[in-house]
Amino acid sequence: MNTPPYVTGSSSVNLIMLKVLLALVPGIAAYVWVFGGGILVTLTLASLTALLSEAAMLKLRERPVKPFLMDGSALVTAWLLALALPPLAPWWLVVVGTLFAIVIAKQLYGGLGYNPFNPAMVGYAVLLISFPAIMTQWPAPLVLAKVQLGFADQLHYIFGSTLPDGVLVDAISSATPLDYLKTQLKLQHGVVEIAQAPIFGVLGGKGGEIVVGAYLLGGLYLLQQRIMSWHIPVAFLLALAAVSGVAHLADPDHYAGSLFHLFSGATMLCAFFIATDPVSGPTTPTGKLIFAASIGVLTWLIRTWGGYPDGVAFAVLLLNLCVPLIDAYTQPRVFGHGSKHND
Amino acid sequence: MLTAILVMVGLALALGAVLGYSALKFKVEGDPLVDKIDAILPQTQCGQCGYPGCKPYATAIAKGEADINQCPPGGDAGVHALADLLGVEYKPLNAEHGLPKPKSVAVIDENLCIGCTLCIQACPVDAILGAAKHMHTVIAAECTGCELCVAPCPVDCIAMVPIEESVSTWKWRYPVFEIKKEIAA
Amino acid sequence: MPARLVLPLRQHAGNLAKPAVAVGDLVFKGQLVAAAEGAISSAVHAPTSGRIVDFSEQPIPHYSGLTDWCLTLESDGEDAWTDLEAVDWRAADPDTLRRRIQAAGVVGLGGAVFPSHVKLRPHPDRKFRKLILNGAECEPFITCDDMLMRERAAGILRGAAIMMQLLGAGKCLVGIEDNKPQAIAAMEAAARSSGLNVEVVPVPTLYPGGGAKQLIRVLTGKEVPSHKFSTEFGVQCFNVATAWTLHRALEFGEPVISRIVTVTGSVRTPRNFEALLGTPVADLVAAAGGTLPETDHLVMGGPMMGVTLDSDRLPVVKAMNCIIAASPQLFPPKPPAMPCIRCARCAEVCPVDLQPQELYWFAKSDNFEKARVYNLFDCIECGCCDYVCPSRIPLVQYYRYAKSEIIALDKAKQAADLARERNEFRLARIEREKQERAAKHAQKAAGAKAETAGDDARKAAIAAAMERAKAQKAEVVPQNTGNLASSVEAEIAEIDARRAQAASAQEKQEV
Repeated sequence: MNTPPYVTGSSSVNLIMLKVLLALVPGIAAYVWVFGGGILVTLTLASLTALLSEAAMLKLRERPVKPFLMDGSALVTAWLLALALPPLAPWWLVVVGTLFAIVIAKQLYGGLGYNPFNPAMVGYAVLLISFPAIMTQWPAPLVLAKVQLGFADQLHYIFGSTLPDGVLVDAISSATPLDYLKTQLKLQHGVVEIAQAPIFGVLGGKGGEIVVGAYLLGGLYLLQQRIMSWHIPVAFLLALAAVSGVAHLADPDHYAGSLFHLFSGATMLCAFFIATDPVSGPTTPTGKLIFAASIGVLTWLIRTWGGYPDGVAFAVLLLNLCVPLIDAYTQPRVFGHGSKHND
Repeated sequence: MLTAILVMVGLALALGAVLGYSALKFKVEGDPLVDKIDAILPQTQCGQCGYPGCKPYATAIAKGEADINQCPPGGDAGVHALADLLGVEYKPLNAEHGLPKPKSVAVIDENLCIGCTLCIQACPVDAILGAAKHMHTVIAAECTGCELCVAPCPVDCIAMVPIEESVSTWKWRYPVFEIKKEIAA
Repeated sequence: MPARLVLPLRQHAGNLAKPAVAVGDLVFKGQLVAAAEGAISSAVHAPTSGRIVDFSEQPIPHYSGLTDWCLTLESDGEDAWTDLEAVDWRAADPDTLRRRIQAAGVVGLGGAVFPSHVKLRPHPDRKFRKLILNGAECEPFITCDDMLMRERAAGILRGAAIMMQLLGAGKCLVGIEDNKPQAIAAMEAAARSSGLNVEVVPVPTLYPGGGAKQLIRVLTGKEVPSHKFSTEFGVQCFNVATAWTLHRALEFGEPVISRIVTVTGSVRTPRNFEALLGTPVADLVAAAGGTLPETDHLVMGGPMMGVTLDSDRLPVVKAMNCIIAASPQLFPPKPPAMPCIRCARCAEVCPVDLQPQELYWFAKSDNFEKARVYNLFDCIECGCCDYVCPSRIPLVQYYRYAKSEIIALDKAKQAADLARERNEFRLARIEREKQERAAKHAQKAAGAKAETAGDDARKAAIAAAMERAKAQKAEVVPQNTGNLASSVEAEIAEIDARRAQAASAQEKQEV
């Protein structure tokens, strides 16, 4: 088409997606170091399922397959979902989750750009509610596990759900730090006492905090590359820190502190990768601040009083519902309207 | 038991009073629905719908006597707008009432006009200027293209000329690009 | 000197100019060939001496590729000037000056070609404060204003002096982008020697810094509200080339017959030319060394808002500030558009702080009312949003489509409202005529009754019945005409027949 503008900038959808994937690499590397190589298998499974199901859906919908496959958005969804699942999750869990995320939460709504909900979070929520036992069965970090599984053993477990002789599931799994905190608080132990348990490291869970730190690094890279604006990560982290900090100051024994909340669970992953999904989030700067702050507060609420140890997925999905409303009410002032400069 | 009955009766009386008062105080004169429908109609006053003008057609739609798909000059967009307003299903235009035509204006061939005033009496918006035994002419800016003047003319001197696009009336087209072709290329 | 010059009669925003010459006439350089029609219009002059050989609809440089009325002038090679008349603008009264400016064909040469005499009218109630000269080149690649400022700075400022007098401005600000140091230096030197209250202000080189409202905001801090004129806020903005032509028009009597055009892109020697209006673009391109082999089309204007030209025979017009020879290397073809991913990069870069993604969704779904509410008409079509979109959506095309649809719908609505009014008036008129007729007959019948008092009683009865019938006809149709006894119905039928007879007799009498 010969229409102006005749020049365009260099950004493109798949460049953005590629940079997001790149930013996830430090996190994945830390993951492998802390939990073993099983996560790579999960990632591969999820990626394959995502690409194949997206190609199939596009063909069914009579859309051009190549450009949409090459844009990398399916891969991003797959990786985020895989990183949210327990590292030694059975293969069928990964496949079902990814299928749900890509086919139902993304393609059935119209494909790239049309999904109202974050597809990775939809997949995660569906799995969490349908298979709660498996989803909460997290393996212990290698440093803490009573038995350390090699890569081959992990493969066996993922595909066959069989462990080497003599090894029981208990030996390799443990509660996540958030889960542990929740159950112990219910058992009327104080936070200070809980914090002494061996599963906690300096800032969050032992081992887990390294992964979270790696996600933070990746997120800062994305900020520097201006893939997203600062509004969502900053608002989310500040809100979560503020609300948990206030609660901790008020009652230190019943509420964990800000740093703990910031460095455990999927907080950093959410702040930089999940909540910043442009398609399901708001478009106005003020809107982004409100959206992210609400997710932060809601996450803390679900973690403290809700039924699930980590509230990020549900918080994000609930706020995705509110996005059109937020957008409509936070329209910024347009040049030449309602300005204070006019006499 | 008695208190329950008394409460319900009291509520009924109170709400009934409020409704009655509102019905009197906020009564709307005329029929606003007819005006709303009339605002959507294109005001060509051509009579193709079967009614002598747009207001009678609007009144008929409001009463439920006419269907919403009888107005060719309004086109599909008009039927959609009426369907939205009235909350009914969209129907394609009823071909019995004519088909949409490109917008035209009437032009009188002054060599043939005999000054009979039949077209002046026929024009629903008084867009023809003239008097008995004097030259008649169509005021192009006022002409709605309804074609009611063409039939009465005894010497057949009125022609409908489609309005052509000029630099001042040109519109941008909806951007269309073929995804598949671009990839194949 | 080109052999033939094609002069469109509409080289300005507003009404078509009215031709003042006929085919076959001999004209001199600078002679009026088309006069302004109405207030929002401007004049066209012969760029050289010669003969008018044609007056017809020719293709013009416009997005639509449609034709418009043009005069074709065949030059005689003499280039003989007509008599020129300068004006002592210091002494003349403002309205006379404005008429002279309109007659000289002075329009905004920044690209909008709005007749300048209209803009030189200060707001009646507000005190005018600052005149702004727009030396910020509107788009990258264009350097015509830069050249003008470097070479003719003094003339520009003399034009500014005229503008300041007409507007009553106390101060003049010249905004020049800071990547043009020579132009800034030249203008500053001229400002010092002009004795006027002129300040040269370098502005950051950011697109679209050349937009009038944007420049006003940068230089004065005032934001002119949308749909309002800047004169209400004491500022007015003109392009530097407009100031130059104003100076030539009033102080030398030279009408607007040429302008500086940048020829750049994929040509051998890109440079600026002072081109006569009406010159075929091909001549300019040839003068720039001709196009390089990979050139595939020509663009009038800049890379962000330019118009693709269908042919190189199109004439230079007052709005043509630049010709870019485009090639696939210079302007690579755009990849196909992907769906919008709501990243809102477009909203970040919009100079008018709009929400381009919302406007895009509304335009796409033909939701014009919402587009209007979201301030679609404030969009200056600069193309910044299009430039940054990662999905490569041609956003500006959607906005242009939506804008022209809304304008057409508004026009149709106005026409429909007018038609409704006229129809209602017509129905009321017919009603009124009926009533007048009925009243007249009632009078006549009453008079007749009085005269023939001693006449046949039956005749009187008939006359009275006729009068009743006429009065009834002027009223609403009676509702109680159903379910009557057969005898009553027979009676009614009899009366109807008599009434019809009497009515036809009356009409025969009247015509």
